[in-house]
Amino acid sequence: MSHLLQQPLPWYVAGPLIGLTVPLLLLMGNKRLGISSSLRHICAACAPAEIPFLKYDWKKQVWNLYFVLGILIGGFLAGYVFANPHPVAVSSQTSAMLQHWHIQQGVGLLPEQWFNWHQLLSWQGLMFTVVGGFLVGFGTRYAGGCTSGHGIFGLSSLQWPSLVATASFFLGGIVSAHFILPLLFK
Amino acid sequence: MPETLNTTQPQVQRTQKPSRHIPQWVFVFPGIYFGWVLTKGEAISWYRIEEMFYFQGFHMYGIFMTAIPTGALGIWLIRKWRVKALNGEPIDIPKKQFHKGYILGGFIFGLGWALTGACPGPLYAQIGAGFTIVIITLLSAIFGTWVYSRWKDKLPH
Repeated sequence: MSHLLQQPLPWYVAGPLIGLTVPLLLLMGNKRLGISSSLRHICAACAPAEIPFLKYDWKKQVWNLYFVLGILIGGFLAGYVFANPHPVAVSSQTSAMLQHWHIQQGVGLLPEQWFNWHQLLSWQGLMFTVVGGFLVGFGTRYAGGCTSGHGIFGLSSLQWPSLVATASFFLGGIVSAHFILPLLFK
Repeated sequence: MPETLNTTQPQVQRTQKPSRHIPQWVFVFPGIYFGWVLTKGEAISWYRIEEMFYFQGFHMYGIFMTAIPTGALGIWLIRKWRVKALNGEPIDIPKKQFHKGYILGGFIFGLGWALTGACPGPLYAQIGAGFTIVIITLLSAIFGTWVYSRWKDKLPH
């Protein structure tokens, strides 16, 4: 049983299961899938600082904070308690690229050699965490949503602005992965 | 007159569907479900994200290409059958109002996505999966959101 639970899901199982979250949240309480809003609610709760954009009744949106707490628990169960004992089965091209970048791909979903507390103060570590995180938080709010709110929910509800946003996410990602990321491994 | 009262009252009660109160904490459960499938589907993996941005594998594209039609089918059925939410609310989907931030902010988010290997949802899942350093990434993302909120009016929209 636990062996079965450790297995990663192929895309054709994971994709539909992820998509099902959209009707699930709508049916449970007329809630729209979106994660980046949680960052705004945390700001509104902890440091509203008289900023008009943060002055709203965040307590009415607490479901979203419970939802992201659930994601953390889900990640703990799927990625820690029942973690896949094998490395992520990336394509051979990606394996070669990782070697070129001197990344030893162990088990685990992220390269541990970079994502650890000792690397935090290296400039690369700062790029992966502090800089990367800032861009994610700033960019998603500016774009009015993230991969869930626009990419999954927005596209599922056939809204063209979400298609533009998702295309921009990908454009930014491609530019960053091809032109910024390689500099970190030089 | 009492007769009319008797006949109208039950009707009023019948049309008013009792709205059940669903406490907000219940949403921890779909969260656990979502976190589980994101993690097991490796959508929170830094390796999978780079593989996607280098067009070296189909995995992440396959996830998007099956997740979106599934969500769309769900919404289509909800609309077709005019299903109400469990708490009695009619299901509504507000229109997204386009502005320039969708392009500019979207691009900025993309730059970060390729570095962290995570969009906001996976950030929480990565922390849960034991990568405690991602707490810093999350705090920085919260700070990024705050900075946007603070200087929102100065940015093109």
